[in-house]
Amino acid sequence: MPLNDFFGPTGRELRFSDKLLEINWILVGLITAICCIGFAMLYSVAQGNLDPWAGRQMVRFGIGMAILFVVALVDIRTWISLAYPAYGATLLLLVGVEVMGRVGKGAERWIDIGPLQLQPSELMKIALILALSRYLHGLHLEDVSKPLRLIPALLLILVPAGLVLLQPNLGTATILIVGGCGLLFLSGLSWKIIVPVIALGVAAVPVGWNFLHDYQQERVRTFLDPDRDPLGAGYNILQSKIALGSGGIAGKGYLQGTQSRLNFLPEKQTDFIFTVLGEEFGLLGVLVLMGLYLAVLVQGVLIALDTRSHFGRLVAMGVCLNFLLYILINTSMSMGLIPVVGIPLPLVSYGGTALITVLFGFGLLLCVQIHRGVDIPRSAANAW
Amino acid sequence: MMDGRDSVRHRAFTRRTLLLSGGVLGVYSILAGRMFQLQVLQQDQFTMLAEDNRVNVQLIAPPRGRVYDRFGVELANTSQNYRVLIVPEQTQNAEATLRQLAQLIPLGEARIARVLRDVKHNKPFKPVLVTEGLDWNDFSKVNINAPDLAGIEPDVGELRSYPFGPWLSHVLGYVAGPTEDDIDDDPELLSLPGFRIGRSGVERAADVELRGKPGAAQVEVNAYGRVIRELARREGEPGQDVVMTLDMEVQKLTEERLRGQSGSAIVMDVDKGEVIAIVSAPGFDPNPFTTTVTPEMWRQLNEDPLKPLLNKAITGMYPPGSTFKPVVALAALESGAMNPTNRVTCTGSVALGNHVFHCWKKGGHGSMDMHSAIKNSCDCYFYECARRTGIDAIEEMAKRFGLGQVYGLEIPGEKAGLVPGQAWKERTRKEKWTTGETYNVGIGQGALLLTPLQLCVMCARLANGGKSITPHVIKTFNDKARDLPPVTNLNLKPEHIAIVHDGMDAVVNEGGTAARSRIDIEGFEMAGKSGTAQIRKITDELRGKPFDQIPWEFRDHALFIAFAPVAKPRYAISIVIEHGGGGSKVAAPIAKDVMTLTLQRDPTAKRAFVPTLRTAGGSTAAS
Repeated sequence: MPLNDFFGPTGRELRFSDKLLEINWILVGLITAICCIGFAMLYSVAQGNLDPWAGRQMVRFGIGMAILFVVALVDIRTWISLAYPAYGATLLLLVGVEVMGRVGKGAERWIDIGPLQLQPSELMKIALILALSRYLHGLHLEDVSKPLRLIPALLLILVPAGLVLLQPNLGTATILIVGGCGLLFLSGLSWKIIVPVIALGVAAVPVGWNFLHDYQQERVRTFLDPDRDPLGAGYNILQSKIALGSGGIAGKGYLQGTQSRLNFLPEKQTDFIFTVLGEEFGLLGVLVLMGLYLAVLVQGVLIALDTRSHFGRLVAMGVCLNFLLYILINTSMSMGLIPVVGIPLPLVSYGGTALITVLFGFGLLLCVQIHRGVDIPRSAANAW
Repeated sequence: MMDGRDSVRHRAFTRRTLLLSGGVLGVYSILAGRMFQLQVLQQDQFTMLAEDNRVNVQLIAPPRGRVYDRFGVELANTSQNYRVLIVPEQTQNAEATLRQLAQLIPLGEARIARVLRDVKHNKPFKPVLVTEGLDWNDFSKVNINAPDLAGIEPDVGELRSYPFGPWLSHVLGYVAGPTEDDIDDDPELLSLPGFRIGRSGVERAADVELRGKPGAAQVEVNAYGRVIRELARREGEPGQDVVMTLDMEVQKLTEERLRGQSGSAIVMDVDKGEVIAIVSAPGFDPNPFTTTVTPEMWRQLNEDPLKPLLNKAITGMYPPGSTFKPVVALAALESGAMNPTNRVTCTGSVALGNHVFHCWKKGGHGSMDMHSAIKNSCDCYFYECARRTGIDAIEEMAKRFGLGQVYGLEIPGEKAGLVPGQAWKERTRKEKWTTGETYNVGIGQGALLLTPLQLCVMCARLANGGKSITPHVIKTFNDKARDLPPVTNLNLKPEHIAIVHDGMDAVVNEGGTAARSRIDIEGFEMAGKSGTAQIRKITDELRGKPFDQIPWEFRDHALFIAFAPVAKPRYAISIVIEHGGGGSKVAAPIAKDVMTLTLQRDPTAKRAFVPTLRTAGGSTAAS
């Protein structure tokens, strides 16, 4: 098989101009389109004002895009060598929030660095992908399922997930665990391990219940029966369903959502922005957004399949998995399919760190595509 | 290059990736299906939940802001208003229900007819106000019998009341139900039963601030529209509290001193333009206006010759008479037409062509310089002074002092008055200005018309050395100071101002026209200028008759402006008594009393009141 054709340009070092030509503008266009939907919705929830959300989000988008291009143009071998140090530093920051983090919304999630507010848990989503991909890059297929090889990978996932769960931030912990396990699965983890673990997990649900915080338990209970406390814990779900449902096929029209305009929707600029979209643009608007998301994911999977290095493939899929989990968790929460967890709708919800880390992730994805023909020896995983 | 083990790993990865993608597509279709279920299959149900009868959004009327004087005396507040509503769709026969109700509480035929008309015009689920302002006794009767009265809802609303009634009628104004035109502004809020908006005065000018923002409650209702339970409540914002610049003690004294007269008085701080008291007499009790004014009451108020419904302090326009002379004097000095030592001999009259202009003093004042002319209010001096200065310079100076304009006082209805000039004459009468008219304007007569508020602003700007302060009655909204136009300098020479100050000082303190109204307290000395404005209608037959033989409506207006203390002016006052006679005799003594109290209290030197902010709350009213 003519490997060179299959893997794209190889055989010589990429020049800067080569890299620029290799940037996937379709992906960049899709991302920008989704962000524009976000600006429009933030403009709407502020009752037709750029202030306080849409304007600031645009600025952050600009910063995020700059970061995206820088990340994309960095050599992929630099990223593999940075993977472990970055993971270590982020882990330290995560421990730091436990110590000096400040309380916001009942969860200690932020760290103040001068004027910047940083959510180490968001950074960890990227750091974990890099570190885990590097670790798995160094393993043969048959090694992945060997316990001694598997345990370090699990530790890479579970240590930060545990710290995030302590904050407590169930949503991010879920993304870390599911995203990490997804990478193990893609690396060819044996079904002999996967099946029993899933069975065990299902059996452990009643035990895990007791480890949930009161408010988390309450969320699950009200999820199962939102009508039992429509003013209290069931409020969000009920209001979100009312808003989405009343949107119908074509929606109530831009800036016309009564549920959000009368402030019956909570957190409408962050976690429940999908609901505003559904109310104002109806099923059609929802399908357009979901379609754009799907197109981004398809691009990501195609990039992963078309990449030579195992590290690159895993990073690409890791980014896609994270993005997918954001979408699934947020939309199914808004639709009342799962309990309320604080996960934003990626690229649309208001919020700086989340937007910038998602764009950082897409930068990595572009980077993988640009360097898809670059061969990285397995030993690179172990070189310090 | 790829070795064999690597390609095995690659194939496994590809397999797993495709497997995962398939799974994701499955989950994705579940989500799409769910959206289809919510937005298409269950759309009707949720649309109904959102908008229809099952879930109603009811607005919660925000409590109206309170109004305080500068020291926190409550001037307008809200009390509970026991009222009865009828929800048309809950009764088979609204008229029968109302007749049943009429047996319990007083309910006139006219009222029943009006309610039935409202019922017909409104949507069937909208409550209509039947009656309000009930006492506890009647309200209890309705409550006890409510189960038998289909569609009748006893309810507690808000009633605006003005504890100081007539003392502040023209300042505060009153609230009343909105008209149909008003309702278009904010249909949801304004069509709440019993909701009231500011109709006049500060209530109207600051209506938007006082109104607040409505809250909303989402309630589940049954098929008949009865509320079953509240699903959600979002608190509104109570109206902002208004702190006025008034000092109620000064306001009270001013109103009392004007009682029985038709006239106005304004006291103002000369540095910032804060109005300490503003009264138009006679006043009226605004309290009945918030509910119902009986036709009898309305007729009486309208037919009263003293015109209690007019706010004369800002809408009354009068020839300023001699109170205008300080402006003429300054125009002469600033334009260089006169210097203070120039003398004019007054013989009691001046001839111009075949017309004779009289001085108020028969036989004349003799030789006058500027100081003695202001002190004695010599007309002949000011005829000459005006002639030399010319109408253009006088008009320009009058405008610098804020005459002929409105200030945007937070009491609606200000009149601009009239400062005549060549352009004005040309425009309105298509004629050339004549020197005779300059003579008339020189003594504050002719076409010149000023409001009492303008007189006070003129006096204040004179007192503060020529700074363009803007009069205002609102000090703060909640704890935020009101925005004011910047104070600019009128660019008057201090030595010129000093000459006018000295003249006005002499009017009161050196045996001038208002010597009897001198304030005898050290440091409180007042400088002033009296004025007596002739009524245009005066006939030769009435001229020279004793005062009490002239019919009231033909008597002269009495005017007085003053500031104090002379050495360091802090407050200015203007008084106009319609048909009161001589300004020094009638108006000056009132100024003396009010100014003395103002100086004793010195309100602007003390800390002003800051209201405590209210959180939301308020009465629910079904929409």
